[in-house]
Formats: sequence, C-alpha cells, structure tokens
Amino acid sequence: MKRLLKVGLIALVFLLLLTLFTLLAKNGNLQLLNPQGFIAEKQSQILVTALFLALIIGIPIVGITFLIAFKYREGNHKTKYTPDWTGSKALIFAWWAVPTAFVIILASATWISAHELDPAKPIESPIPPVTIQVVALEWKWLFIYPDEKIATVNFIEFPVNTPVNFELTADAPMNSFWIPSLGGQIYAMSGMVTHMHLIANKQGEFPGGAAEINGDGFSDMNFIAKSTTTTDYRNWLQTVRNSGKVLDLASYNTLSTPSTNNSRSFYYYPDKNLYNQIIMKFMAPPTEKMDMQNNQNMQGM
Amino acid sequence: MNLINLIFGRMTLNDLPHAWFTIGGTASLIGLGALGAALLTYLKRWKWIWNEWITSTDPKKIGIMYFIVAAFMFLRGLIDAGMIWLQQSLALGTSYGYLSASHFQQIFTSHGDIMVFFATMGFLVGFLNLVMPLQIGARDLAFPFLNSLGFWLYVAGAILMNMFFVFGGEFAAAGWLAQAPLSELQFSPGVGVDYWIWSLQVSGLGTLLAGINFLVTIVKMRAPGMTLMRMPLFVWTTLCSSVLIITVFPVLAITITMLTLDRYLGMNFFTTGNGGNSMMYINLIWMWGHPEVYILILPGFGIFSEVVSTFSHKKLAGYTSLVLAAISVALLALMVWLHHFFTMGAGADVNAFFGISTMFIAVPTGVQILNWIFTMFRGKIAFKTPMYWFLGFVSTFTFGGMAGVLMASPAADFQLHNSLFLVAHFHTMIIGGALFGIFSGITYWFPKFFGFKLNERIGKYAFWCWIVGFFLSFIPLYILGFMGVTRRLDHYINPAWRPLFITSGIGFTIIMIGALLQVVQILVSIKQKKQNYDTTGDPWDGRSLEWATSSPPPFYNFAIIPEVKSRDAFWEMKKKGIKKITKYEDITLPKNTPMGLYVSGFIFLFGFAMVWHMTLLAIVGFLGAITCVIIRTFDEDTEYVLKASEVEKIEMKRKNL
Repeated sequence: MKRLLKVGLIALVFLLLLTLFTLLAKNGNLQLLNPQGFIAEKQSQILVTALFLALIIGIPIVGITFLIAFKYREGNHKTKYTPDWTGSKALIFAWWAVPTAFVIILASATWISAHELDPAKPIESPIPPVTIQVVALEWKWLFIYPDEKIATVNFIEFPVNTPVNFELTADAPMNSFWIPSLGGQIYAMSGMVTHMHLIANKQGEFPGGAAEINGDGFSDMNFIAKSTTTTDYRNWLQTVRNSGKVLDLASYNTLSTPSTNNSRSFYYYPDKNLYNQIIMKFMAPPTEKMDMQNNQNMQGM
Repeated sequence: MNLINLIFGRMTLNDLPHAWFTIGGTASLIGLGALGAALLTYLKRWKWIWNEWITSTDPKKIGIMYFIVAAFMFLRGLIDAGMIWLQQSLALGTSYGYLSASHFQQIFTSHGDIMVFFATMGFLVGFLNLVMPLQIGARDLAFPFLNSLGFWLYVAGAILMNMFFVFGGEFAAAGWLAQAPLSELQFSPGVGVDYWIWSLQVSGLGTLLAGINFLVTIVKMRAPGMTLMRMPLFVWTTLCSSVLIITVFPVLAITITMLTLDRYLGMNFFTTGNGGNSMMYINLIWMWGHPEVYILILPGFGIFSEVVSTFSHKKLAGYTSLVLAAISVALLALMVWLHHFFTMGAGADVNAFFGISTMFIAVPTGVQILNWIFTMFRGKIAFKTPMYWFLGFVSTFTFGGMAGVLMASPAADFQLHNSLFLVAHFHTMIIGGALFGIFSGITYWFPKFFGFKLNERIGKYAFWCWIVGFFLSFIPLYILGFMGVTRRLDHYINPAWRPLFITSGIGFTIIMIGALLQVVQILVSIKQKKQNYDTTGDPWDGRSLEWATSSPPPFYNFAIIPEVKSRDAFWEMKKKGIKKITKYEDITLPKNTPMGLYVSGFIFLFGFAMVWHMTLLAIVGFLGAITCVIIRTFDEDTEYVLKASEVEKIEMKRKNL
C-alpha cells in the first residue's frame, strides 16, 4: 500500500510536469522548439534529435537499474547469489565498446554541425544580406545599420528571408547576444568584434536579450527583432532617417552612460566611423586621465 | 596618510549594518556565536573543546568539524536559493519583487560560491579525512599539522565570506566566478568582489593543502599488502580528486591573484582597456572551474561504488574498469574547459574539439553506471537508505548527463548557453552526483564514527522529499530553458514563465523540508541511540578496512596495522576468521597543536584587512602568519609515543564496553 502511494506520488509529479509542458508547447512559448528561421530550425533539429537519443538511452539505463535492484533484493530468495562474480572479459569489453561507439557517432555529427552552424559563417542566399553592427552598452543594445545610415536602440527590423550579418562589440562588460527564435548566441566584448549570421523565415516580432550577467540593468536589457516585408523595411528605414535625432560622438557619449530599462529610440547615423571608434578606444594606450586614476588607486593602498 | 586611515583603511561608519538583510545577517552571526559560547560555558566545556577538537590533528575529528561547518554553510546556501526563488516568483511585469537587482545578483553569487566552495567541498574533504585513512589502514594523514591548518583556513574563508553582513553590506554581484571585466574596479567598485577574492583565496589555499596531504597519504601510508589495485574504489576516486586539486587549484589562486593585482595595483590583466584581456580570465577560471566539478563528483562515484558493493553483498563488478573510468574522467576533465564558452567565438574547429572531448566523458561515466548495475546483478541487495540515495542518483544523474551531452554539441549550445536549461543541468549533476553521494555516505559511515546508526525511517522520508522536490524544482527550469529564459534574471516581462518559476519554488520548499528532516533525523537518532548502538564495528556487513575497527574507532585507528592480502580486505578477513590480537606495539602519534588555528587566524585578519585596505592590520596579519609558520617549523617536539601497554589497556577497556 505504502509503495503504491509513493509510486503514485512520483507519477503525479511527472503527470503535472507533462501537462505543464504540453500546455506551454501549444502556446508557442517554447521558443527553442518553435524556430522562426533557418539557423534556429537547424539548431532545434539537433536539440530534438539529441533529446530523443538521450531518452532512448537514458530511460532503459534507469529502467534496467531499477529492475535489477528490485529483482535481486534481499527478500527475493528465488534469484541466484554469486558474491564473487565480477563480470567477464567480454562483458567488460562490451560495456566500454558500446558507449564509445555511441559517442563516436555523436562526435562525428557534432563535428559536422559545429562547422555547418558556425555563427561566423555567412548564410548562403541569393538575397544580399543586411549588416547590423551591435554595441552592448550599460544596459541597452545599440544597433547600427552602416549601409542605411541609421541607428536604433533596443529594436531592429529587417526583411524576412534575408540573411542578417551581425557584427558585435561592447562598450560595457562582456555580454551575450541572443534571439532565441532565430538562433544564437554570441558574446559581445569590448575592443573586438564577433560575428553571427541569422535569418528569419517568418514574419513577426521576436524577443531578444542579454544572456550574460553584466550589472544592474541586466534583466531588462531586452530588445525586439522584427522581420517584415522588404517594402515595409524600406519605409521603416526612411522613417528612422527622418526621425530628427542624430547619432554622433556627442550623443553617443550621452547614450553610453549607464541607464536601465531603456525604451526604443531611433537615430540618423551620418558618420560611418563611430563603430570603429567605439572599438578602437579600448585599443589605444592609456590616456592621462587613466593614469591619474591608477595613481589614486596606488595611494589608496 | 593619517593614523585613522592606517587603522581603518576605507571603512567608515556607513559600512556598519543598516539594511534589513545586513542587520539580520549580523544578528544571526552574533547570535550563533553567542549561543555556542553560552552552551560551552554552561556545560563547562571550554577546555574540552580546545583540547579535544580545536587543536586536534586527528583526521576523524577534523573530518567531523568539516561536516559541521559545511552543514551550516549548506543551510545558508539553501536560504539563498529560497530568496532567489521568491524574487523570481514575484518580479513579473510591473512588479520588481522585494530585492534590488544588485542585491539579487549578490544572492545568487553567494549561493553558488557557498554551495560549491563551502558546502559540497566541505562535506567531501570531511569524508576524505574520515574514511580514507581508515580504508588504507593508516593511523593518520601524512601531514597532520597541514590538515589542521587546511581546515582552519577553510573556516577562515567561510567566516570571511559572511563578514560582509557586518562590514560593508555587499558581496560580489558578478556571478559565482566573478566574471571579469564585470568584477573589475571599473564596474564593481565596492568591497563585494574583494570579499569574494579573499575568502576564496584563503579557503582555496586550504583545499590545496588538503589535496597534497591526501595524495601523499595514499601514496606513502598504505597498510602492508595494500597495493594500488587493492585499494577500495573510494580511495581511488580520492586519489584522482587530489591530483585534480593539485593540478588546478594553483590556477585558481593565480587567476584570483591577477584579478587582485588589477583591483589593488591598477594593473590591466583582465580590464577592458589598456591591453587587458577578459577572455583570458574566462579561460583561466574555467580551466580551474571544470575540473572542480569532477573534484566534487569523483568522490561521489567512490562512495556509490562502496555502497552498492556493500549492500549487494557482492564484489564490485569490473574493479579495473572502474579504476580506469575514474582516471579517464580525471584526465578528460582537464581538457574540456572551453565548453563553458563556445559562444565566445573561438571558431568551429576549436569548438568542435572541445565539444567532442566533452562527449567522451560520457563513456567512462556510462561505464561506471554499467559497473554498478552488474555489481547488483546476482547480489542480495539490502535496501537501506544509502541504496535509496544511489537509486536517486542514477535516475537524476543519467538525465543530467544526457542534458550535458546535448550541450556539448556547440551548435546546440549556442541556444542553451546561459539559459536556465544550463542551470538545471549543473544542478542535476552536482545535487544528483555529489550531494546524493554525500547523503548516501553520511548514512553509510555515520555508525562508524558515532557508534550508532541513523534512523532509517526519517532518512527515507528525507530521501523522498529530496527526490520529489528535486524533479519538481528542476524540470521546470529545463522547460524554461527551452522557452529561451536566461539565467540570473531578477525581473521579466513574459507572464508565461511565472507558473514554472512557482512550480520550481514549490519543489524548493519540498527540498527544504527534506533538508530539515535530515536535521531531525540526526537529532532523533541521538535520542534513540541506545536502540541503535553498533557494538560490532561492522553494522552493514562491510568489505573494506574501516569496518575492521570498532565504532567509533580509537584515536589511533588500528591497534595493529592490518595486513592486506586481497581486495575487499575486511571481507576476506571475515571469511578466513579474524585473528585475535595477542601482542601490542608502541604507536607514534602526532601531538595536538593550536598553530593551525593561529596561522589561519592571522591570515583571516590579513584577508579582512586587505578587503578594507587597512594597512596596519594587513601587516600584522601577514607577519603574524609567517611568524607562526616559522615557530612551527622549529618545533621538533610534534609527536608522542603511545606505549604498547597503554594501547592494550585501551583495547581491553573498549572490548568490555
């Protein structure tokens, strides 16, 4: 009776979790299993395949463990008892060989997929890509469209079925750039550039965010990535260009001071060089100001 | 520089507790201390605790002290976990919960550090102290003073970590590994990261000393006939763990030192500008961090090997392959660190290499599980609480491992990195592997060291709470990971996430009940100890040498060092009939010494002074520690001889009990 109760309890917990899972799956909240672009699609295929493989191996192993444990329980007098048996050579060979073979198969798949889905690899497409330069700030995302002469904060728009080349850097602590519905994820680091290529194959607004802890405003450092038709995209670019605000060094310096919970904003971006300046400022030798800071630190000791 | 500055450094009156949590923390710290002092005064036990415990160099006593400190830190870490959960259940949309972002970040940072460095590590080093010398038939560790010193350094680190409640009111908010450049002066100007630096530096030194001690003990102090391939599996995994400790803890020490130089002397190892390279920090810290996971889990594997074999009343199946598996896990552990940051953009070749080397760890791990299955095969399994924990371990660890293989594929990891899926995965591994192993080991070895068994019924209740709570707590996190939820969020806007956070919280509550039941289990068992006395010294029909002594063992462990003729030495002895001891011999034992406490005390002062830039106190602490070490090195009178006649007297007395 008691055993039944326990089994019932465990079953109940799993049932509860299963219901929760299916409910969520229906609403499309499981973003990783509900991909909206080619890269995310591929990644979710790997996830699902690996998940099934895991269950195919995991469930029997756990099952066998419990079965054997139950069968050879002390109270069961019908089973054999061989206290000195430690397995045969063939058996030991088999239990090394089977997992090894399994891992070798997995490893080859890993090698292939790691190269195929290398985020730095451009997506092959007849449509020319959109380039977006990303700057992780404290605590907002600055997006620069160098070819379109616009810049935005916490919002990007691009045409559907068009590859997007992200070039990322940071003017802040290390961060990680992630759009779960489209794929991800790559670090944005100061003084250097990382690359990621994504594509949206459906229209829609996809949430994106910061995945690496970077200070106070980390949790609300969200943005929206919107994929739309080419005409809508063109119109949007025009609206942004005419929005009246300009991103130059002065307004950038204001923008880059730490602030939390930032709303979207849009800029005309005439100076193509700003992005390089943001990167290069970390490569320059120490300025006088920096030296003074250091001296103060020394004195504080 | 004026005098006040020399003494108090950067500390001002504003740094004394004034927020609710610092007042609460300070009150609990002082309350605990006062309670302990009052109890000792009331029971007139000051002298006793000084002579028998604080200055002791007996690994059995040091092991028990490790357990007590680790248990306190474990409960402290659980409270942190509860606070994290409460915030995440509350902070949806317009509500920002009851914690500020920075406070929340400090909490998960200290949760991680406490659970890894002070709870799990403390339990494990405690076990190694208690069990390993007995299992190899030794009377002590190779360096008894070093052992005492290592323990007190660990305590100094633990106290230093909690000192921020009293002075400063802030801990590091940069994640449990204090990610540079976030942990640099530019982004974390407060004393939080300095507390992190010095508490980990001090306790890390303690761990390193312990690792060296264990390795030398295993290599040099085994009983006659105990060849390497006759050692119990727990000793083997201890050996592997110790080698890993010696290999990687210096990396941690150096990395923290470099960060210290950045913060204190304005250097630029990991800063954003001036040629600093924060990617190097991430690499270095994980070169230590990944092997650390295996340092925690390997002894767990050892404990399960002992438990399964003992309770199946059967030899371990595939002893050699278990040993090989432990060694290959230890070796592979050193070459997978990059899988913690595939997303840094290292390129496909590098990522694929580290992904594949990670997957290969699944082979020896899988082999171990098969070994245990075949150990149970055709055995006679007694389902005592330690076996329950073993079965719980298999069910959680297998799936956690599979999740790990999933993330080892770089392409998949790009979507799972830093998500709650990852958080769920490593909790599965550390709770399911290390913690369940520790719990299993506690019930298994408790009678050996205290002389009575733990209450089985409450132990099983605790187990069920842990396992149900575990699944309820972490499966929602796996699902949240698939929903694209990042870790460490103190606020979110998607209402669909909330039910899962709350479910996870309910799971946490059940785990908490389980943890409290374990406390109750110990209290009840102490009350009922008369019914549960272990008079034989061998309550489970054990196999290795620790069961050959009485429970609890005399302070010299073995009156006569046993001679080992095979694996499962004690099992074989029992089969052949145990020989009566007729002639006793003189035993050389280490003297008690308070020097470990003194050195650690001074180092604690040094660390604390460095946090606050208190020049004078730092000099006192540093010179004090060095002086104590020098005094100790000139002390030639560190051992004493217990005469054979006295050993005989003690043995006779014990037998008559």
